[in-house]
Amino acid sequence: MKYLGITLAKPKIGVFGFTGCEGCQLQIANNEENLKDLFGLIEVVNFREISSEKRGDYEIAFIEGSITTEKEAKNLKNIREQAGILVAIGACACLGGVNNMKSRFPLQDVVKEVYGAHSIDTGPVRKVREIVSVDVELPGCPISKPEFEWLVRHLVLGIEPQFPKYPVCVECKQRLNSCVFDMGMICLGPVTRAGCDAVCPRNRLGCWGCRGSSEEANFESLMEILREKGFSEEHIAERIQFFNAFSGN
Amino acid sequence: MLFKTITRENFKKMVEALMEENEVIGPKARDLDTEGKKIYRFLKLNSFEELEMDYTRSYSSPKNYFLPFKEDLAVYDLHDKGWDQDIHYTIHPRVIIGMRACDINALLKLDQVMAKSVYPDPYYFARRRNTLIIGLDHEPLEDCFCRSMNADTAFHGFDLFLTDIGKDYFAAINSDTAYMILNRFDAKDVTKEDQFLYKKVKSRIESKFKTQVTITILPELMDLEFESEVWKKWGDKCLSCGSCAMVCPTCYCYGIEEDIDLDFSMAVKRKFLYSCNLLDFATVAGGHNFRPRADVRLKYRYYHQFRGFVEAFNQSLCVGCNRCGKACLAGISPKVVIDDLIETEKR
Ligand code: SF4
Ligand code: SF4
Ligand code: SF4
Ligand code: SF4
Ligand code: SF4
Repeated sequence: MKYLGITLAKPKIGVFGFTGCEGCQLQIANNEENLKDLFGLIEVVNFREISSEKRGDYEIAFIEGSITTEKEAKNLKNIREQAGILVAIGACACLGGVNNMKSRFPLQDVVKEVYGAHSIDTGPVRKVREIVSVDVELPGCPISKPEFEWLVRHLVLGIEPQFPKYPVCVECKQRLNSCVFDMGMICLGPVTRAGCDAVCPRNRLGCWGCRGSSEEANFESLMEILREKGFSEEHIAERIQFFNAFSGN
Repeated sequence: MLFKTITRENFKKMVEALMEENEVIGPKARDLDTEGKKIYRFLKLNSFEELEMDYTRSYSSPKNYFLPFKEDLAVYDLHDKGWDQDIHYTIHPRVIIGMRACDINALLKLDQVMAKSVYPDPYYFARRRNTLIIGLDHEPLEDCFCRSMNADTAFHGFDLFLTDIGKDYFAAINSDTAYMILNRFDAKDVTKEDQFLYKKVKSRIESKFKTQVTITILPELMDLEFESEVWKKWGDKCLSCGSCAMVCPTCYCYGIEEDIDLDFSMAVKRKFLYSCNLLDFATVAGGHNFRPRADVRLKYRYYHQFRGFVEAFNQSLCVGCNRCGKACLAGISPKVVIDDLIETEKR
């Protein structure tokens, strides 16, 4: 690939899935239209969804999913050793995500409820950054393909990607959406990192916070507003815990 | 100014004719709020029936048809030896129907900054020139304070301004284009009775203003109350969400970003509207943030609207539409903040 006459190095990448639905990996493989261009920028050496190749010489590792077993933690640490740049992709990897639901109950109860007598190796849900250092977090449930491509362009050119620090409301207003609060719904847009183009409010659904907290979000103020508007504690808690986006760290 | 009247049937014909050759924007209702009331916004009309001439307030101002939320300023064709830049100012002719006096006054203020300043903005200018504006009178809502801001009447800045006088529209004409269009649709000269009806409607509108904001002393008050706890009080509630600036007809701040195609053959320079309430608004190269606190950012939004602009242009930037107040989940509006400042000053 040439950029203004200069030939750019093609970084070798690996994509690895841990505990998640594989939706984020699918997003990367999606959009056939410009897959050719995407793979003109990077060399895929390890990505189960698109190739049988399984090489260990990747320079950038994309990690999907949260970490729920010791085996996963060990694999992740090995990947970290190899990769120059490690990118956590999607809500599960960055936040714990929907999986985190199980961490709200005693583990034995959860396993019994789902698997009955069958024994299974599973532990509490951890974010990627709780196990290894993470260079970039690409948020979303699932990640958006255009944002993934945008990130790849940055990585290839060696420019630090700048994600919006501000919340979803900015984009929501820019799309001329109706505020779902006016329609009686709850929305976490005011405390959630922008970048999704407010796709949920655009479809008349409140935001669930899949992109994690916006920076220096005024959480207390939003809580006060939600209570004033008469949403029940249960309703609020359900929404806030959904992606584990607001649990601090 | 010239005045004519046009019947409702002819107005419909006129709008339909305009739709044939232009993009026509007007207030449309897409959602209902919890009380079952329509939520309006300015969008492209596909038929006359979509046009809500009885609309109350549009959620967001129509400023985005002059200052788009996102706009490509330049496109670059990248090649081995460098790049070629391509810039387009032209837009398709556009008609906006139903703009309120406050929104037209807001455009006149934006003109000061975008069209009449030392560095005019050619993109804004092109849109302004290529847009036909048809204004529309209404009875002020409970919280409109455009009167206090001297923005409740528009004398220029539009092509046509309509007042509903019953069976006809009373039309104030402010451009040749508007005059010619109206005449194609059998506009009538104003009769004594039309005048009488028009004055009646006007005085009914006059009598309906409820909300007042004292602004004459504001520039001074704001300087005196620079350290006031009022800013802290509302700043603590502020979500730094930028909704206020996005819906505001006069907020014009922007940022610039550059992006490149996936095959590195094209690049764009893009402008996007921004808000001084957002966390990183005052972050400069190297990472220092001049306004890291929400209360300070909130204060500066009010400063620009009610103090800074006065210094530069002898008028407030705010036109009193209270869209920011309506949009703010934290209940922050010019009325409550300014009243609060005045109260503290008295103590
Ligand atoms: S719908 Fe949600 S994201 Fe949109 S403006 Fe309302 S609170 Fe913000
Ligand atoms: S609106 Fe919220 S939940 Fe929906 S995609 Fe955006 S961040 Fe995720
Ligand atoms: S004043 Fe209200 S609308 Fe504006 S940034 Fe603060 S919370 Fe958002
Ligand atoms: S500051 Fe608020 S009231 Fe004033 S013009 Fe802007 S949106 Fe309207
Ligand atoms: S009030 Fe803030 S966002 Fe609005 S124009 Fe002024 S500085 Fe910009």
